[in-house]
Amino acid sequence: MIGAPPAKIWFDRTSCVFGSGDAAVAALKDFSLEIGDGEFVTVVGPSGCGKSTALNIAAGLLKASAGNCFLDGRAIAGPGPDRGVIFQQYALFPWLTVRKNVEFGLRVSGVQRAERRKRAEHYIGLVGLGDFADALPKTLSGGMKQRCAIARAYAVNPEVLLMDEPFGALDALTRVRMQDQLLVTWLKDRRTVMFITHDVDEAVYLANRVVVMSARPGRLQEIVEVGLPYPRTEDIRLSPEFAAIRNEVWHAVYSRSGQIDT
Amino acid sequence: MATLPDTSSSPKERSLVDVTNLALGAVSVVVVIGVWWLAAASGAIALPGPLEVLIKAGETIASGQLFVDVGASMGRVLSGFFLGALLAIPVGFLMGWYKVARGLIEPWVQFFRVIPPLAIIPLAIVTLGIDEKPKVFVIFLAAFLSSVVATYQGVVSVDRTLINAARVLGARDWIIFSRVVVPASTPFILVGFRIGLGSAWATVVAAELIAAQSGLGFRMQQGQLYYDLSTIFVCLISIGVLGLLMDRAVVWTERHLTRWQERVER
Repeated sequence: MIGAPPAKIWFDRTSCVFGSGDAAVAALKDFSLEIGDGEFVTVVGPSGCGKSTALNIAAGLLKASAGNCFLDGRAIAGPGPDRGVIFQQYALFPWLTVRKNVEFGLRVSGVQRAERRKRAEHYIGLVGLGDFADALPKTLSGGMKQRCAIARAYAVNPEVLLMDEPFGALDALTRVRMQDQLLVTWLKDRRTVMFITHDVDEAVYLANRVVVMSARPGRLQEIVEVGLPYPRTEDIRLSPEFAAIRNEVWHAVYSRSGQIDT
Repeated sequence: MATLPDTSSSPKERSLVDVTNLALGAVSVVVVIGVWWLAAASGAIALPGPLEVLIKAGETIASGQLFVDVGASMGRVLSGFFLGALLAIPVGFLMGWYKVARGLIEPWVQFFRVIPPLAIIPLAIVTLGIDEKPKVFVIFLAAFLSSVVATYQGVVSVDRTLINAARVLGARDWIIFSRVVVPASTPFILVGFRIGLGSAWATVVAAELIAAQSGLGFRMQQGQLYYDLSTIFVCLISIGVLGLLMDRAVVWTERHLTRWQERVER
C-alpha cells in the first residue's frame, strides 16, 4: 500500500470492458482512487462515464477486466455484508414487509429472531418508518422505499456504504430531506461512503471530496476538495463558498463533454 | 413508479361499476336464452329448448348420473394436473437456473408443446392400456408443458437488481434461490397453472370423446349416438360452468398469494 492513513477502498488502475471484439466498450479505464476510512466521497459525471461500473466493482457485483480494487488492502472477490449497497431503484423485496426487508440481511447471516427484531426495529425507527413496519413496499412512496432500503443496508452494520444515485428518482424536496438525514447519520457513525450522483449540487453538498469523471472511456477527470464544514445546512447551500465549489465541479464535468450526452 | 395503486376510482365509484356490470351481464344472459328459446320453439333449427335442457338436467341430477360423469372428468383433470404441476415446478426452476439443464430440456419442451396433447392418445392407449392411465397421462402432459414454460420464464425474468440486493446482503446461492427467485417467480407460475388447468380441462373432454367409459365427454358421445341433444347441452353447460369455476379458483389463489404485487386495477 502507499502512504498513510491506509485507504478503505482503493481502486488501483481499475479498468472494465463490456463485450468483446469490435463491440467491446471500455466502461472504465485506468481508474485510480483512494477513499479514506470514514470519508464521504461523491462521484459525478455524465452518463456513460463508468461511475456505476466503479461502484459495482467495489460492491463485488462486477469484476475488473484489468487493475484491481481493494477493501482494507484485500482484493475484492465478491459481494459481502461489509459493504452495504443502495440502488437507485430501491430493490426492495416486494413480497416482504418493511420489517422483513430490513431483517433480510440479518436473517441471512443467522442472527437470532429476537435480536433480529430488535435491530430491525432500531433502524426502521432511525429512518422514520416506525408506523410502516408492517406495510408492503407497494404502499410506500419513493422516498419511503429508499429509506427502507437504507435501513436494510444499515441493519447489517456495513463498514462501507456504496450508494448508486440513491435519490435520483425522488422529487427535489424529498431529495433534500434525504440528503440531510443521510448526513446526520453519517456524522454520527462516520461510515465510509461512496455516493454516485449526476446532480452537481448534491455532490458538493454531501461530500468531503467530489470525484469528477469523464465519458468514453470512463476515466477520472478531476478531484475537487470541498472543505466546507459539517454539519451542512441550507445556509451553506446558499453561501458563496458553496457556489464557488459548485462552479468548479460544474466546469470540470462539462469542460470535456462539450456536446450533450443523452 | 411504473404502476400506481387504484387512485383513479373511489370504492363508491367502483361498486357502481360493479352493479352496472352485473346488470349488463344479467340482461345479456336473459337475451341469449330468449333467442335460444325462440329459435327452438319456432322450429327454425332442430335444437332442444331451454326448458327441455333444464328438465334433462334435473333428471340427470336426480339420478346422480351427472355427478358420476362430473366426478370422473374432474378426477382425471385434477390428478393429471397435479402431477404435471408438481413436476413442472422443479423442472422449470432447473431450466431457469442452470444453463446446462435449459439446453438439455428446452428442445423437448418446445417440441412436445407443438404436438396437440390429443395426438398422443392413440400412442398412449396402445402403450398404457385403455383404463385411466392414458387419459391422465395426456392431461399430465398438457398441464406439465404449459406450467413448465411459465415457471422457466418466471425464473429467467427475476429482476437482476433483487438478486444483487440479496447478494450484497450476504446471501449465497441457495438463499437467493429460495428467498428471492421462488417468491419473485410465483406470479408467473400461477399464470402457468391457470393456462395449464385450462388446457387440461379442454384435453380431458376431448380425450373422453375418443376413448372413455365415463365422464362428460363420454356422455356427450352417447348423446350423439342416440340423438339425445338435451344431454349434450347439459354436458356442455356443465363443462363451461366447471371450467369457469376452476379458473376463478386459480385466479383467487393467485390474488391471495401475490398480494404484494403492484398491479393496475381493471
